[in-house]
Formats: sequence, structure tokens, C-alpha cells
Amino acid sequence: MKHTAKKKSNFRKWEGFKIFLFTAPFLLLVFLFAYLPLFGWIHAFYDYHPRFRMFQAPFVGFQWFTLMFSTASWRRMLAEVMTNTFAMSFIGILTSWLPMAFAILLNEIHNVKYRRVVQTLTTIPNFISWVLVYSLAFSLLSSSGLINDLLMRFDIISRPIMFLHMGNGDHVWAAMWGLGTWKTLGWSAIIYMAAIAGIDQELYEAARVDGANRFRTIWHITIPGLIPTYMVLLLLSIAHFLNSGIESTYVFQNAFNLRRIQTLDLYVFNLGIGAASYSLATAIGMMKSFVSLVLLFTVNYISKLVRGESII
Amino acid sequence: MHDVKWIKQHRVGDKIFNISLYIFFALCAFVCFYPFYYLFINSISANDVSARGGVFLHPIGVHFTNYISMFMLEGLGNATFITLSRTVLGTLATLLGSTVLGFAFTQQKMWGRVFWYRWVIATMYFSAGLIPVYITYLHLGLINNFWVYILPAVIAPFNVILVKTYIESTPASLQEAAEIDGAGFLRIYATIILPISKPIIATVAIFAAVGQWNAFTDTLIFITDERLFPLQFMLYRFLTQSASLAQLIRASGGAPGIDMSILQYMQTPTSVRMTISVIVFTPVLFVYPFFQRFFVKGIMIGSVKG
Repeated sequence: MKHTAKKKSNFRKWEGFKIFLFTAPFLLLVFLFAYLPLFGWIHAFYDYHPRFRMFQAPFVGFQWFTLMFSTASWRRMLAEVMTNTFAMSFIGILTSWLPMAFAILLNEIHNVKYRRVVQTLTTIPNFISWVLVYSLAFSLLSSSGLINDLLMRFDIISRPIMFLHMGNGDHVWAAMWGLGTWKTLGWSAIIYMAAIAGIDQELYEAARVDGANRFRTIWHITIPGLIPTYMVLLLLSIAHFLNSGIESTYVFQNAFNLRRIQTLDLYVFNLGIGAASYSLATAIGMMKSFVSLVLLFTVNYISKLVRGESII
Repeated sequence: MHDVKWIKQHRVGDKIFNISLYIFFALCAFVCFYPFYYLFINSISANDVSARGGVFLHPIGVHFTNYISMFMLEGLGNATFITLSRTVLGTLATLLGSTVLGFAFTQQKMWGRVFWYRWVIATMYFSAGLIPVYITYLHLGLINNFWVYILPAVIAPFNVILVKTYIESTPASLQEAAEIDGAGFLRIYATIILPISKPIIATVAIFAAVGQWNAFTDTLIFITDERLFPLQFMLYRFLTQSASLAQLIRASGGAPGIDMSILQYMQTPTSVRMTISVIVFTPVLFVYPFFQRFFVKGIMIGSVKG
């Protein structure tokens, strides 16, 4: 009896190991694509170039880290990039309530068909690439695009407005915010639409019996019902404060607006891949990774403190 | 009396509010959709008219030569092939990775289950950064290699969570019955897990496919070989380098059997840009409304996990 139990348990162990073997190739890929690159941080302490083999590049210690802060022009460059990153992320966070407002207002439309059509059409831009956003913007906003064409036709302006130069960079933040909002507003609202549908309908009925009008029910029932969802998303966006990505800014960058559009991510790309300063770009990216991780844990700590729930 | 007046005023206010809402959302929908419509009607209008910016309500001088000549443009057929291959293979890769791992992590008896689960999930929260990734891929031989589009897509920690959560929500009795019948991991995976997970597989597949179709930055970072450029990247090049585009247009003979010297049919940088854009966004535009419920389901399951 004991013997068979042991045999059974051994068999179970073997079965469990077999499952591991089936997943092993995938776990190896995780190592190759997510963990192995971490060793690449070592290049921040070398003067790396692809023509060198591993560890043949000269060791330079903290040279790159000190270089970033060594001269006034480097410091100005870094300050500029950080300003852009902070400004764009900050505008995004300031306006992060927009999808919630959009959902609340859309929910006030009682014609279900109309609501669904609006929802479908406003969600579509979320699913096209930034290249296509650029292409659409090019067709509509370039010097020969539709908007300029119409404005000139009606003699409202005499010379085309250079939307895509973004006022030689002065309006980049606003323009990028506008494009981003166009692209994601409808999609981001969907999660709030679902959250509204999840609010107990009896609350609304009770409020109506008490004589509350629709604005009061929105203020006292809908908005408080959505705040938890909003807080989670807000905390996540704070955790991703530095991760602006390069797709949107890369396609819209040009010689006129570069000074104001270059965020940290784009700078690392332009410096590392564009200008082949691999080691310096690694050093900058490394500092970004650390700050991002600290942000994530801080935000998670706040979430645990306030909501009693972890977000990661 | 006072009451009636109050209600009346109230109703008028309500009505105005309602009408403004309808108008506001009509405007939102218009702003979101018109750019696509504008490009489409221009791509089928006479090229000399559209180049002058004369088409904005309905197509003028409808013809489809732009689309026919697109296939004559050098490199575009290849880019379409690359885009299609990476969409199909990349989606399959994501599906394979997330279903095998998602299923394995539901099995209590898996060796080192908790450790390996964390091993995968932890990768959502850190990144080595662009350049270390680039250097690693360089050493792995993935630079200027088609597989750079596919292999990294195999691991999608978020999708692993989605599939795992979904499988855990299905009744375990089916699996148990199969186990008693002596079915192993792969048999259960193929005959039970895959069929019952159809809804979540559809959700993951659609997100993965749209992601692959739209991908642009991986080409930008890892690829310099023109034969590996997908449509999105070609479009970007056409948008920024009109010189190369003009050259390409001159090199192509245009559509067979059509006199390309007629202004109406003559390819211009504008017509090429618009036509490629339409080719690139049409699949997404058509796929999206039909699969909307899967997208919505995806975002909902995702939000539960946070």
C-alpha cells in the first residue's frame, strides 16, 4: 500500500516535471528576451561598439554617468529632454479625467443605437498605428492639406499654417496631446462605460424617488462609482511617467520641432541607434529604468496604503 | 403653479442638454471618422483633382488605377508579404506562448510552478532599455532577421495572465475526466483546453494581430534591410522622403493597359501616400466593428487583474 502511494507520488512528480519540460522552451525565450538584456547594462561602463567582441571594449568606469552632467551643454540637453518628458506626461495626467467625462456624457444618451455607433467610430483611431496618424495628419494638416486649403479658399488666412512644424516647436506638447487624445479617448472611455453599467441600478431609482435630477445622480452616484477605476488608472499612468515610448514622437519629429518633442525615450533612441553612442545611451536608459522601478514601487505602496490593494 | 413652472423650465433645460449631447457626440464621431473617409475618397478620385485638394465630400472622377499601380511599385508587394507573414506568424506565436504557459501555470503539479510564474510575470515590470536589448539581439543574430518580429512576441506575460485566469474559471471536471482516462499534458491541452478557451483565444489573437499589423518601431530599431520592411514602415518612408517616392513612381510602369500619361491616372506622391494609407488602415477598419465585443472583453478581463 505504502509502496504504491510512493510510486504514485513519484509518477506525479514526473508528470509535473514533464509539464515544466513542455514550457521550458518558452521560459528560455523569456530569459533571452527579458533577462539577458539586463547584462547589457555592463556596456554603460565600457566604450562599446558592435565591432568589438564582448569585453574587448575599453573599460571606462563611470565616465558616461559623469559626462552627462559634466558640461553646461550636456546639462542643458538633459534638462531639455526631461522637461519635454515631464511636460507631455504631466499634460496627460492632468487630462486623464477626460475619458471618464466622455463615458458619463455618452451614457446620458438614451438611444442605444446612436450610442453604439458613436462608441464604435470614436474607438477606431485607437487601432491604427502612429504612422497612419501621421499620414492622416499629413493629408489634413500639411501646408497643402485639407484644412489649410479650406482656410485659404475662404480667405481666412493668406499663408498656410505649418501645423506639422508645430509652431517651430512651440505647440508640440499641445499638438501631441491633441493627437493622442484623438487616438485614445474613445477607447479609454470603454472601461468607464463598463464600470457605469456595473453600478447598482437601484441606487439611481432610489435617487430619482428622492427627487434627484440627472446632474445630481451623476454627481452623487456615477462619479463616486467610477473613482476607484480612475484611481487605478491614474496610479498606473504615474508609474509609467517616463515611458513615453518612441513611436508617436518619432514619426512627428522634424528639424523644426525636435527641441520640444524629444522625450527621454526618443533621445535614447536618437543617441544610441541614430548616432551610435551605444554606451552613453545605455547609461541614460539605465537611470531611466531605475527611476521607473522606484516610481512603480512607490505608486504600488501608495495604492496598498490607500486602497489596501496592490496594483502590480 | 410655481412647481409646474419649475418642471417646465427643467424640461426645457433637459432638452437643450440632450440636443447638445447628440451634437457633441456627432462631432466626436465625425472628427474620428472623417480623416479615413477623406483619404479613401481621394484615393479613388482623379489624381489631378485630388492633388489640387478638390475632393473632400465625395469622390470625383472615380477610378481604381491607383490601387492597380500600387502593386507595380517596387517593394510594395514584398512589404505586403512581410506584413501578412508577421501578422499570421506573430499572432500564432503569441497564441502558442500564452496558451501553453497559461495552461501549465494552472497545473498545481508543475515543477517550480510558483517560481516560473513569477519568472514570466516579473518581466512586465522592468525593461533593460533600448540599447541593451539592441546589443543582445545583435549577439543573438536577430538584427536584420525576420524572426525579430516573431520570437519576442512569443512571450506576452499579460496574455499569459488572461489565459490562466480564464482556464481557472472553467470547470475542472473535464480535465479531471481526461486525466483519469490517462491523457497527458499535450493531449489535454489540444483536446480540452484549446476548445474551451476559444473566447479568450479570440481576444488574445485579435489584440496580437492588430499589434503585429501596426508594428513600426521594431523595424525602425532592428531592421535596415529593405526586403524586411513591412507596409507601415514603407508608408513612413513615403511620408518623409518624397524624393525616393518620386523615383519609385517614375521607375514603375503603372497599371498595364492604362495610359499613365493621362493626368487623371498619373501617380503623384499624394496619390501614392493616400492609397497606401487606405490599404494599411482598411483591414483594421473592417475587422474592428465585427470583433468589437472581443476587444471590450479583453480590456475588461485586463482591468479586473489591473
